[in-house]
Amino acid sequence: MIATESLSKRFPRVTALDRLSVDVGPGVTGLVGANGAGKSTLIKILLGLSPATEGRAEVLGLDVATKGADIRERVGYMPEHDCLPPDVSATEFVVHMARMSGLPPTAARERTADTLRHVGLYEERYRPIGGYSTGMKQRVKLAQALVHDPQLVFLDEPTNGLDPVGRDEMLGLIRRIHTDFGISVLVTSHLLGELERTCDHVVVVDGGKLLRSSSTTDFTQTTTTLAIEVTDTDAHPDGTRAVRDALHARGVTVQDGSGLPGAGHVLLLTAEGEETYDLVRDVIADLGLGLVRMEQRRHHISEVFKDSDAERKEAVGHGN
Amino acid sequence: MATEQSVAPAAGDQTRIHNIGYRNYDGPRLGRAYARRSLYSQSLRGAYGLGRSAKSKVLPMLLFVVMCLPAAIMVAVAVATKAKELPLDYTRYAIVLQAVISLYVASQAPQSVSRDLRFKTVPLYFSRPIETTDYVRAKYASLASALFILTAAPLVVLYVGALLAKLDFTDQTKGFAQGLVSVALLSLLFAGLGLVVASVTPRRGFGIAAVIAVLTITYGAVSTLQAIADVQGSTGAVAWIGLFSPITLIDGVQSAFLGATSAFPGGIGPSNAEGAVYVLVTLGLIAGAYGLLVRRYKKVGL
Repeated sequence: MIATESLSKRFPRVTALDRLSVDVGPGVTGLVGANGAGKSTLIKILLGLSPATEGRAEVLGLDVATKGADIRERVGYMPEHDCLPPDVSATEFVVHMARMSGLPPTAARERTADTLRHVGLYEERYRPIGGYSTGMKQRVKLAQALVHDPQLVFLDEPTNGLDPVGRDEMLGLIRRIHTDFGISVLVTSHLLGELERTCDHVVVVDGGKLLRSSSTTDFTQTTTTLAIEVTDTDAHPDGTRAVRDALHARGVTVQDGSGLPGAGHVLLLTAEGEETYDLVRDVIADLGLGLVRMEQRRHHISEVFKDSDAERKEAVGHGN
Repeated sequence: MATEQSVAPAAGDQTRIHNIGYRNYDGPRLGRAYARRSLYSQSLRGAYGLGRSAKSKVLPMLLFVVMCLPAAIMVAVAVATKAKELPLDYTRYAIVLQAVISLYVASQAPQSVSRDLRFKTVPLYFSRPIETTDYVRAKYASLASALFILTAAPLVVLYVGALLAKLDFTDQTKGFAQGLVSVALLSLLFAGLGLVVASVTPRRGFGIAAVIAVLTITYGAVSTLQAIADVQGSTGAVAWIGLFSPITLIDGVQSAFLGATSAFPGGIGPSNAEGAVYVLVTLGLIAGAYGLLVRRYKKVGL
């Protein structure tokens, strides 16, 4: 679907992409990176809107440097920022955008009705967009990217600004774009955790460089981290410490959640499987403490950093 | 195929399964030129508030009526009094009603381009097959067409009225044609200036104020200077000063080449040589406005 070969983009003061070579196949691919990692720059180049400084890239087998217009006819794009005029209805807006993609008037209207239904907008689609919630606006943005039935869509931070429920719905919708609609997806995010659940493949970029590109199963094999927070009781004035000691006694290594909100009260441990959850529950119940929270911590981009640093050190160590 | 045929009748007439799953589109994709035309017609309709809220129809429609009303009155008077000619030349009409035209440009140029900038809709256009030049051409053409409709409609009223009043056919047709050429030029010039100013700011209010300023302050300054020059007897300077405001520019062009009587102080328009400069400046401004718009949108991009 997408192939880049030592793709670089340099601006006068900053290098946005640095010899990036990736291959993206069909399916849902996550593009992860911190803000300013070069994700949006990459999308711009792939849409044929901004020339690369060096290297080459192909989308759907078409060269981005010469076939930009052909690519844009077969690709959909959902920007990160707000892009909807408030004084028109979703239907009117999406019909207009469909025509801008080259769909004849009747087809544009039919496809608009279909697409808005698929992204989950019903009666409200006749009302002006200005009155929509953030979740509904995101759906309209998604609909305009899908209305011309592209072979591939670029979704730039589609979960931005959504609450947890909206986030899950959006992620489910992204999954469906591939499984039900047969459209391949390139979705960017700065949260690795949420992409793990939806993507077949994850590409991590940082500072314009490729950090890692692998299928999601590789990521999930690196075990999940659990965060635990407990209450204190009279019997155990420092509940956190009591839990840590008790878990230590059962052979589980626990770290302090330093650097996290609530540091000193949060314990981090790696979950080996179902039994870890049971163990934690039992230990806390035995101590008679209250469990404030036990959650899978979202992987953040920095962890990939740490991992790759550790691996690099390891590799160097082996070299010696 | 065989199994499908055997199943279809068995499935019967009573039950029918509606496929509400995703349908792929394999119809025609009409490409850039079609997209540009679509943007043109959408923008042109938008310039009169069509396809937009009721509120946004008020001003353009009102200005349209205000623009046509004097023409209707003149026609009525001409018919009733059996006048030998219309009270106002075709070419003079737009000059006299320039305030209405300026107001229209000031209100519609920002709505045409500032909205796309303000709500960041521009990237959505450029993520589609159209290019910067397509966008600029569609927007420019649509506003120029809207202005042409605004300025040519009263001329049509005058012409039809003149024929009804049985005025001289050749005379009227010639005047009408000259008027049309003049307002076409005016539409292109005003649309270009309005769009360039409006495309700089995403704020509609600023856009409106800036367009009004460009169109009226220059006219005020130029006509004042012309009056002073006329009083001081330097009639040669009058024509050259006229180059510096859009409406006097059109006035100069039409009084030199389109048989119009000039509204310049003393009623002396530019000579043919001076008129040629007027035409060059007008065409230069139109081309310049287009060039600036293209440059502006190259930068906006995604």
